[in-house]
Amino acid sequence: MDVETSAKGREALASVPNTPGAPKPDPIVVGDGITRTFGGLTAVDVEHIEIQRGVITALIGPNGAGKTTLFNLLTGFDKPDAGDWSFNGNRLAGLPAFKVARLGMVRTFQLTKVLSKLTVIENMRLGATGQRGEHFWLSMLPPLWRAQEQANTERADDLLRRFKLDAKREDFAGSLSGGQRKLLEMARALMVDPELIMLDEPMAGVNPALKQSLLGHVKSLREEGRTVLFVEHDMDMVRDISDWVIVMAQGKIVAEGRPEQIMADPAVIDAYLGAHHDADLSELDEARIEAEATAELDQEAKND
Amino acid sequence: MLGAILLGAGGAYGTSPAALPSESSDNSITVVLIDTRGTEAGESGKPVPDVDIEVSDDSGTVGEGTTDEEGRASIPIPGLGSYTVTVDEDTLPEDTQLSGEGGNERTVNVVISGDMRVQFPIADERAAGAGFVSKLMTGAVSGVKFGLIIGLAALGLSMVFGTTGLTNFSHGELITFGGLVVYGFNRGLGLPVVLAGILTVIVSAGFGWVQERGLWRPLRRRGTGLVAMMIVSIGFALFLRNVYQYVFGGNTKSLSQYVSQQRVSLGPISLAPKEMAIMAIAFVAIALVCAALMTTRLGKATRAVADNPALASSSGLRVDGVIGSVWIVGTALTGLAGVLLAVDQQVEFQMGFKMLLLVFASVTLGGLGTVWGALIGSMVVGIMVEVSPVLGVPAELKYTPALLVLILILLVRPQGILGRRERIG
Amino acid sequence: MDWGSIFSNAMASALGPDAIVYALAAIGLNVHFGYTGLLNFGQAGFMAVAAYGLAASVATWGLPFWVGIAIGFGAALLLALLLGVPTLRLRADYLAIATIASAEILRLVFGSVTLSDWFGGSNGRQQFANTFYDMNPYSSRLDFGLFSFSANDAWVFTVGWFLVALSCLAVWSLMRSPWGRVLKSIREDEDAVRSLGKNVFSYKMQALILGGMFGALAGFMLAIKQQSVIPTDYATDITFFAYTALLLGGAGRVLGPVIGAIIFWFLMTFLGGFFSSAASIDLIPDVVMSDIQASLVRFILVGAGLMALMIFRPQGIFGDRREIAIDGR
Ligand SMILES: Nc1ncnc2c1ncn2[C@@H]1O[C@H](COP(=O)(O)OP(=O)(O)O)[C@@H](O)[C@H]1O
Ligand SMILES: [Mg+2]
Repeated sequence: MDVETSAKGREALASVPNTPGAPKPDPIVVGDGITRTFGGLTAVDVEHIEIQRGVITALIGPNGAGKTTLFNLLTGFDKPDAGDWSFNGNRLAGLPAFKVARLGMVRTFQLTKVLSKLTVIENMRLGATGQRGEHFWLSMLPPLWRAQEQANTERADDLLRRFKLDAKREDFAGSLSGGQRKLLEMARALMVDPELIMLDEPMAGVNPALKQSLLGHVKSLREEGRTVLFVEHDMDMVRDISDWVIVMAQGKIVAEGRPEQIMADPAVIDAYLGAHHDADLSELDEARIEAEATAELDQEAKND
Repeated sequence: MLGAILLGAGGAYGTSPAALPSESSDNSITVVLIDTRGTEAGESGKPVPDVDIEVSDDSGTVGEGTTDEEGRASIPIPGLGSYTVTVDEDTLPEDTQLSGEGGNERTVNVVISGDMRVQFPIADERAAGAGFVSKLMTGAVSGVKFGLIIGLAALGLSMVFGTTGLTNFSHGELITFGGLVVYGFNRGLGLPVVLAGILTVIVSAGFGWVQERGLWRPLRRRGTGLVAMMIVSIGFALFLRNVYQYVFGGNTKSLSQYVSQQRVSLGPISLAPKEMAIMAIAFVAIALVCAALMTTRLGKATRAVADNPALASSSGLRVDGVIGSVWIVGTALTGLAGVLLAVDQQVEFQMGFKMLLLVFASVTLGGLGTVWGALIGSMVVGIMVEVSPVLGVPAELKYTPALLVLILILLVRPQGILGRRERIG
Repeated sequence: MDWGSIFSNAMASALGPDAIVYALAAIGLNVHFGYTGLLNFGQAGFMAVAAYGLAASVATWGLPFWVGIAIGFGAALLLALLLGVPTLRLRADYLAIATIASAEILRLVFGSVTLSDWFGGSNGRQQFANTFYDMNPYSSRLDFGLFSFSANDAWVFTVGWFLVALSCLAVWSLMRSPWGRVLKSIREDEDAVRSLGKNVFSYKMQALILGGMFGALAGFMLAIKQQSVIPTDYATDITFFAYTALLLGGAGRVLGPVIGAIIFWFLMTFLGGFFSSAASIDLIPDVVMSDIQASLVRFILVGAGLMALMIFRPQGIFGDRREIAIDGR
């Protein structure tokens, strides 16, 4: 895995057609007929999806398009109503989340999940896989795991330096700023040494200065030969770093293509604008009930 | 044997550490007639009042008495020795009959000074001879009644949970509150039970409001976590329960009216009028609240807050106002459950605490926070509790099937029957 | 008022068998709740199955004491497995309700008339720990100056504190290992742990079993110290009191439950002694507080204290707010 793979991957994408669900020359993830409904609402309904190996793929779409839900489904955090998907040729349907992660497909969360009452370095150490000291009986015999712990700590320190969190090493993760938490979560995911890293809105709530360095980090993942799938709203970012863009709206993949093509695609503009016109039903219903209730309460207040 | 016994002296059962008030140091024989039919081991049954008791020795009658509202008759005796205690069976309520060897007479050897207690088992004449179907029907109807009472409390718990996320472990004490206050109005101030009940519901509503303003709202303002609030509610429960015992004592007491009523036969089942009234009142109260939730502005606002508090608040809804009303209505309903329970059975400082798990089971079965779920769950739990003895579950274990089902349902549907799953990510 | 005897009674119970039982139960809860975030409200159930496992084995079935101990541990293990499968996937509040319900089922079953041939109904079982007391090296009272223990209590005292120390050592060594790190991380956010490839369910189960074993130790000590098991000793209140002790000393700290249990029992006995002598010498008039009422005041204060603790010092008396398990703020 190296610069070569990713360069090849990008080249290969040049020949991929701009159709939703387009087949890729060397897909790391392939999914078919994945659907998930909540009550009456279809949150995800993806006919076919492929993610090219060794490149950065952006997943965009208006709020509520089903991006997070798709992440949850692919990584085993949620169960679809139907569908089949594989990672590196391994079928994942029905596999619990932790096994998916062990296969090398690791995700981060839209709302960061740092372990607040643990220090930054402990957060990092947790990410390492295959730890002997994590077995109940072995854990009581430190000599059996100390060397491994030491090696993990060194790797963690390297990553912290790279993500410029080394100064915070001994701080509680809960004391970090929003942006630093995003960084920590990404660094921690890298401790698993994943082949595919899935980032759910890694830039949300991050201040502009930090954003640039985060972008750099995401790019460097590609240079290491990892595959990146990330969700983002900021179009400039997407244009800047992604090799391929998949657009979702109302649970479906509505467009795919290279960033500059996608930005010019009327279907995409429609998806974004359209979202404001017909937001999903449940939200509308909620909004209506509330508006009604508010109006009536106000009325009541006036009558008092 | 239907587990129907008349027990002497309450001290043998009940977990209360408080002893019975001590009688005078003179010698006496006390008969306490308590009908434990349909109650669990460890619970107190219904006292049987107005039964004539006679104590005699070789030379003839030494004293007579009549059991009071607490089913107690204490007859002084001249000294140590052998006495015969006789229960006048003609004065027993019609559906009860003494059974056991010795019939209505007991010979008592008083060998130490003080109060001597006497025990008479009885059996339910009609039920003993009743067929399985009839027993099943009677159990089902009792179950519906119990389910409706649980339903009132479950509705209260569920509304509060829905809007605030609080799993309130002091909810049982809110039931007890209703029972104790109605007792206070009835026995303390001498008001008729119906009036006392109405006043109690109002006082309960006030109690809910005071709690919300004085405790839960300030905690929410401080950003206290839900688990922390749950533990606060446990502390509050311990606090209230012991204050109740402090004020009310450890005894089981009855209201002044409707204590023992003649049952009316309705085809295969028989019901006391008060039981019908209880069912009607609970049903109407539940129906009214549900209708209000569906149609009134406050009801809609409540559902909006339960759906998504952040959204509701950002859209300008006075979330605190809504939660305040939910506490008022929820606690009033729960207080009503306490009143009905007091009328149906008796008053005691743990009456709500003993029901808490059943209320939780109901609410959880349906899915925490959903109103309809709570009602379905209550009926299931109520009927299971009352029907399971008919199906062979030992009477003292009749709560366990409902609790087991609770655990099993969670195995299949971790969010309860009607509950929603949480979001991830 | 006899301050001397009130104080020495309080000291005796703070260091005596009562505190030992609560310390062990709270150490178990610390593993569950303090480290893993599992809101187990059924610790009474673990105590009960262990105690009844021992008592019924010896007193009902005539098995040797040590076989009874093994059966008690086995029963607690079985309970953890049976309880864990349905409940460990649940949200905190459902978990709390499900565990409290199972403890209550157990109490009802142990107290049931139908099974009284085995468990003795509401009278329970007695005299099953003679083997334990036969090993007692003390032949006379153990005197600490301020207070003293009977020879039997002294033996319970010695074995009990030894077990507490051993338990603390085990918890300390586990919680500083990577295994403990996984537990603490689950407490913070189990989805994050899952996303890093750890089998969260398996760790929660291990934690439930480990904490349940400490609960079993507590059940043994409670049963042995009074040579008796009765169902009312295993009511939910004992779980809540153990939580109070844990929170008092500080959840998520190795010595928190031990310090908490000592303080808890000191206060309980001290307040009990104070109010009952205040009521009996009529320092407080009888209308306000009778003797029976005096014995209730301390429970009222426990309730109020638990609330205050959770609201104002969720980290416990000695805890550090930044590292506590529960979000009390
Ligand atoms: N657990 C859930 N329960 C009910 N509806 C959900 C749940 N999770 C997501 N949804 C709904 O599914 C749709 C897609 O949500 P999501 O995947 O979070 O969108 P995105 O990440 O693209 O903004 C939204 O309408 C959302 O309200
Ligand atoms: Mg999202």
